[in-house]
Amino acid sequence: MRIGVLVFPGTCDDRDAAQAVAAIGHTPVRLWHATSDLHGVDAVVLPGGFSYGDYLRAGAIARFAPAVRGVVGFAERGGPVLGICNGFQVLCEAGMLPGALTRNARLRFVHRVQHLRLEAPTDRGRVVQIPVKHGEGRYVHPAPHDLDAAGQVFARYCGPDGSTGSEVNPNGSVDNIAGVTNAAGNVIGLMPHPEHAVDPLLGSTDGRLVLTRAFGAAVAP
Amino acid sequence: MVPIEPAVRPRHLAGELGLSPDEYDRIELILGRVPSTAELGAFSVMWSEHCSYKSSRVHLRRLPTSGDQLLAGPGDNAGVVDVGGGRAVAFKIESHNHPSFVEPFQGAATGVGGIVRDILTMGARPIALLDPLRFGDPDASRTRWVVDGVVRGIGHYGNSIGVPTVGGEVAFDPCYQGNPLVNVLCVGVLPADRVQRARAEHVGDVAVLIGQRTGRDGIGGASVLASADFSSAGDDAKRPNVQVGDPFAGNTLIECCLELFDRDLVRGIQDMGAAGIVCSSAEMAAAAGLGMRIDLDDVPLREPSMQAWEILCSESQERMLALVEPQQVAAVVDICARWGVDATPIGAVTGDDRLVFERGGAVVHDAPARALADEGPVYERPMQPWTPLGSAEDVDALPPPDDLTAAALTVLTSPNIAPPTWVTEQYDSIVGAGTVQGPGSSAAVLRLPPTDGWGTLPDDRRGIAIATDGNGRWCTLDPELGARLVVAEAARNVACTGAQPVSATNCLNFGSPEQPEVMGAFAATIDGMAAACTALGTPISGGNVSFYNATDDLSVHPTPVVGVLGVLADCARAVGNTVREPGAVLYLVGAETRPGLGGSEFLWRTAGRIAGRPPEIDLDEERRLQDLLVAAADAGLLGSAHDVATGGVLTTLVETCGERFGAVIDAAPALPAHQWLFSESPSRVVVSTSPSTGASLERACAAAELSCRRVGTATAERLLRWGDTLQLDLVAVRAAQRQVFSDLFDQNEPADATAASQH
Repeated sequence: MRIGVLVFPGTCDDRDAAQAVAAIGHTPVRLWHATSDLHGVDAVVLPGGFSYGDYLRAGAIARFAPAVRGVVGFAERGGPVLGICNGFQVLCEAGMLPGALTRNARLRFVHRVQHLRLEAPTDRGRVVQIPVKHGEGRYVHPAPHDLDAAGQVFARYCGPDGSTGSEVNPNGSVDNIAGVTNAAGNVIGLMPHPEHAVDPLLGSTDGRLVLTRAFGAAVAP
Repeated sequence: MVPIEPAVRPRHLAGELGLSPDEYDRIELILGRVPSTAELGAFSVMWSEHCSYKSSRVHLRRLPTSGDQLLAGPGDNAGVVDVGGGRAVAFKIESHNHPSFVEPFQGAATGVGGIVRDILTMGARPIALLDPLRFGDPDASRTRWVVDGVVRGIGHYGNSIGVPTVGGEVAFDPCYQGNPLVNVLCVGVLPADRVQRARAEHVGDVAVLIGQRTGRDGIGGASVLASADFSSAGDDAKRPNVQVGDPFAGNTLIECCLELFDRDLVRGIQDMGAAGIVCSSAEMAAAAGLGMRIDLDDVPLREPSMQAWEILCSESQERMLALVEPQQVAAVVDICARWGVDATPIGAVTGDDRLVFERGGAVVHDAPARALADEGPVYERPMQPWTPLGSAEDVDALPPPDDLTAAALTVLTSPNIAPPTWVTEQYDSIVGAGTVQGPGSSAAVLRLPPTDGWGTLPDDRRGIAIATDGNGRWCTLDPELGARLVVAEAARNVACTGAQPVSATNCLNFGSPEQPEVMGAFAATIDGMAAACTALGTPISGGNVSFYNATDDLSVHPTPVVGVLGVLADCARAVGNTVREPGAVLYLVGAETRPGLGGSEFLWRTAGRIAGRPPEIDLDEERRLQDLLVAAADAGLLGSAHDVATGGVLTTLVETCGERFGAVIDAAPALPAHQWLFSESPSRVVVSTSPSTGASLERACAAAELSCRRVGTATAERLLRWGDTLQLDLVAVRAAQRQVFSDLFDQNEPADATAASQH
């Protein structure tokens, strides 16, 4: 597959995402923020970083980028879209995903290796290890149970045994939610960084599974 | 032509800008007339201690600075080391001490930005940061404010520019109460054949200012902040002298400049750090014996009312001065525009040796570039021996503690010993996909990124290891010996990963050079450092001197901080510092354990004072140990390796057990138990090896004439048991250690906030 990796000024993890795409056997294609042309890619990643500096609110400027207009159309046609960290924030700001991401409960940036429990039907209950690193990752939603009922919770922060108490919640997210999908299931937002968990030299390789699932999430329009 | 307008009351102004009467006379002599305001501003920043090294230069010459692999060294923006495979690594350490006390957040943030641009200037992509930090009394409320601001500032800038913060240190000592030490080391990687030079080599090349607009922030940062003592009253008035950083602009500037380098569009480049436009233009012109003519009316300003001297000396961040062939200017402006970065031609290289600035159609500055950049005053400051209180006391003769377990817990829960996870969790240490070993390891280990750019997998597993170390207590008790010990420790940490140490960078943090004892300590430090760097094969490739770390005449300890770079052919073989399997055999390798409580953490925590002599070091033995570590790692003999440093063998053993294991200790030392546990005598490493490879390790040590004492066995049970002498529950120890920083620095946060730190 040809996987687009969208680069805004201020994006930091685009090289890492592109390498991860290559590591699992796909071809990364660099997409530039200033054009809505997605070069016919099969899936799109919005990587982590601080698009346009994130000075107003994370993702609030990026949602107006021409490239994001292109991504909206791509997703409406059923194309798979994965937003990681800042990318998740952009997708929420653009209204492509429910809820919003606010400052961490401790009001500090947090970086650690984190256990996640996958909630999508194919992998339900599976515990993986993937790093988190963010300052604004506290997921909020007015009715998280509705999301659950609709099958839109993609992953939760948990302990090694899959338990989801507040002590294993790195940022105060409601119901320990670490990632969500849109109603159709082809747009996924995730605060943790699967692209940083693909190489055994650098630690966990659990991110490969998550990336593979996300790139395969195409739906009929 | 209109003559240059002389400054009003020039001698008075010179004094206010920090120039001495003698220095003023010299400026008049060079110019042959009364200087203008702009010229006085320019000379004051260029001849400041920070920029000119006027007090340290005569001593720095004694450091070893040449090596086969060095492609650039002191005098360049950063040292560059050829690491093989067509790649080179640029690295340098710098201080941002003074700004970080006045305004911790912006001070630390712009410190990161500054060193990153030094690395970028060499043509390298920045790939890692390390932050050695030293703060005052951890219980003081001011310390809490400084720690919080500095850590947030480093995170704010480092995390946002996409460069991982992979290591450093956190230490506390009351001597840093009024003068925290915020040092920062940056590492970058570049093609070995594409080192950029800060030289103006072609007359007619256009000077293009790339990056942020110039504002009034940071004016006089080099002269007013970095080159004068603090007093306890009134430092808030210096706050406008602290620059303000914009990491977004830093990020785009990096990407934009790397693209310019890749396309070979730049013939010379210099970042604008201390002393702004005047410094970057004077240094590039002087390096080639040429001149430059710049029209300050073309400089994009934040405040149009800025005077010429303000524009010249502004330390506004995220700016570079590039020299570009005239026909390439349009291409440069285009690429910059694509990244949203301003690029403005402001002048050109001239064939004479004059640095000329115009403002409003009139020349406001006309002086030889060389006089500013290279012909500043050089002082042989008077020296006296540094003689601290307590250094004559024989602390190794003190009676042992009544309760060894209590002493052990006291040491292990010191903020100097407990792992600073509270700090490192606020940093992104993995962006860039190269961090093989990050915070908490002996030395950070990084795989070098692919050379052919975006979206490709790394070419190979070549990597580097890098560590920083300092020890103010040792250095205040004996600056010469302390410097030897610090260099040895940093290099040993690198060797523990299996990497061959190849070069060093130094950040020399001292009090006022106008105090003869401080200069005495400085000279002794240079001698000790020179001896150790020579013996260990790690020439100094660059660094920074920070004087005037003193408040109300109270100086910080002489605190040289050293960063050592090592090279790894295959970083998949890098050795970690924790045991990998139960049953692994633990050895104490290197020098014999000797009494070594002088200046130790044990003495500080149990007696509350800094006294005694630091332990002696045999540099030849140290070299043999480091060679052995590299060879043993290569032969696959090492399961883990962790050096014995602050806190002694006990601290090393606890850290070697990590989060999963314990150990049964069966050592039978000739020394008293507390000396064996807490001595900080150097050149020792705790290694683990599987039972089948122990004999090979013992033979290798014997051949290298090194001690190799079996000290115990790793267990799955998380206890540290040494017969009847000591028993520690490591689960409880870890929990207590985790509390240390959050108890000290999280006091105003909700109670449940710390509970989340279980993973």
